[in-house]
Amino acid sequence: MSRVSELLELRGVNTHIGQYHILHGVDFAVAPNSLTMLLGRNGAGKTTCLRTIMGLWRASAGSIKFEQQDITRTPTPELARRGIAYVPENMGIFAGLTVRENLLLAARAGPLDEQRLERIFALFPAMKKFWQAFAGNLSGGQKQMLAISRAIVEPRKLLLVDEPTKGLAPAIIQAMIEAFRELKRETTLLVVEQNFHFARSLGDAVAVMDSGRIVHRGRMAELAADEALQQRLLGLSLDTHQ
Amino acid sequence: MKNWIPLALVPVIGLLALPLVPSTPTWVTLTVAGLAMGMMIFIMASGLTLVFGLMDVMNFAHGAFISVGAYAGASVLLAMKPAMQSQSFAGNLGAIVPAVLAAMALAGALGWFFERVVVRPVYGDHLKQILVTMGGLIVCEQLIHVVWGPDLIALPRPATLTGSFLIGDAAIERYRMLAVVVGLAVFAAMWLVLNRTRIGLLIRAGVENREMVESLGYRIRRLFVGVFVAGSALAGLGGVMWAMYQESLTAGMGMQVMVVIFIVIIIGGLGSVGGCFVGALLVGLLANYIGYVAPKLALGSNILLMVLILLWRPRGLYPVGK
Repeated sequence: MSRVSELLELRGVNTHIGQYHILHGVDFAVAPNSLTMLLGRNGAGKTTCLRTIMGLWRASAGSIKFEQQDITRTPTPELARRGIAYVPENMGIFAGLTVRENLLLAARAGPLDEQRLERIFALFPAMKKFWQAFAGNLSGGQKQMLAISRAIVEPRKLLLVDEPTKGLAPAIIQAMIEAFRELKRETTLLVVEQNFHFARSLGDAVAVMDSGRIVHRGRMAELAADEALQQRLLGLSLDTHQ
Repeated sequence: MKNWIPLALVPVIGLLALPLVPSTPTWVTLTVAGLAMGMMIFIMASGLTLVFGLMDVMNFAHGAFISVGAYAGASVLLAMKPAMQSQSFAGNLGAIVPAVLAAMALAGALGWFFERVVVRPVYGDHLKQILVTMGGLIVCEQLIHVVWGPDLIALPRPATLTGSFLIGDAAIERYRMLAVVVGLAVFAAMWLVLNRTRIGLLIRAGVENREMVESLGYRIRRLFVGVFVAGSALAGLGGVMWAMYQESLTAGMGMQVMVVIFIVIIIGGLGSVGGCFVGALLVGLLANYIGYVAPKLALGSNILLMVLILLWRPRGLYPVGK
């Protein structure tokens, strides 16, 4: 049953990419002011799910609602204007632009808000240090920090983040966990992740995908406490040791 | 990667040519001629490289915008004989400015029509883009035959832009100096727009990653149309300048120059305006030096330059991060 309080709600969402049927009736919801983890093995359809929400791929059936409004056919730029920010798996930074220009581009309302900028610098000091550096010259961790900074340079209602810890060193992952804890205080997040330590540390709710379907929904704490369930749902592909 | 290294190739090629040319004045004349040719190629090519980088469109019809611009501009120039024959530069400008505006307006309008009717249905499909834009180019050439006739049209230069002046013993054609000045002005204007304005920031970002620009809330399709029209208008400007440079025009002039334009944008790095500028200068200089020193090699010099540069930098002099 739909609850009025849900910020984002997917019902029976199907997505085809060319001849391939990737999502098979995905149902889940994201409550406001929460961090929902979307977990699953490689190829389960997690990235497709985020891209479908963001309008980058079109749902062939089903519906997506954001703040009780149907957004299934809404163009991507309009979704961004409504307050949904997307950080793709490849981070999507503009390598030929400086850190400053990357953030300036994301600030659609006009000049950069100094207070938000200070907060970003507090979360990610590297952004201040490399303010005028070309984004293409940043390290992998710094690029991820820039991608997330760009997503929060203006107030957003929902952040869709695809594998924020992919390829990052453990020390950077710890810094990311701290940063996401801060982010949770001001916005709602839907995060695709393979790193179970990261997911367990931050997630309020969890949805697990397999073969394009949601196979489990619940509280993250419950999944974290049930090793048998983890093994059944996530198998060995999820790294539980980091 | 050092950004100045490709730029340094321009003076390096000039200096390498110096001992091969029998006298310094001849070298100066050839260098100015090469730079002028390069600037005109840059004006014609800069729009195409942005269209390719931003929209991933293989637009062979760009040659039609060059031809149509040349014919529109020539029509105005030929109709304003008194201004063309005036012995003052200001008087000549009375014909040149309306001609350039007509060339850019008609080519820009044609670009807008092409984007809406011909290119839009085939976004994302390179094979279809090549087929329909080549078809569009052929149709435009035939339409030029219908409107302006099939014969070559002679286009005398404005009175104050004919002939040469001397710097020491080196003869410099007046028109070529004008081409250098206009080329530099266009490059400076494009640099300012791309690097000092929000639209420029969006274009640079869009060339790298269109999807991400949309995800940030920008309707990139509108930007596409604007860049396509601006690129077509620049092709029209380049067309009328090229026609005055050659002092004649034919319907096929756009198609003929497209080979060089494609070489320039590949050398420069697809989507890179700076790369297009450096590539055009290299092509212009090399064509003039080799045309003088070893005329039999002139035809292949551009291809050889492209091969060498792609062996050195496979994505061009200034690759755009994708």
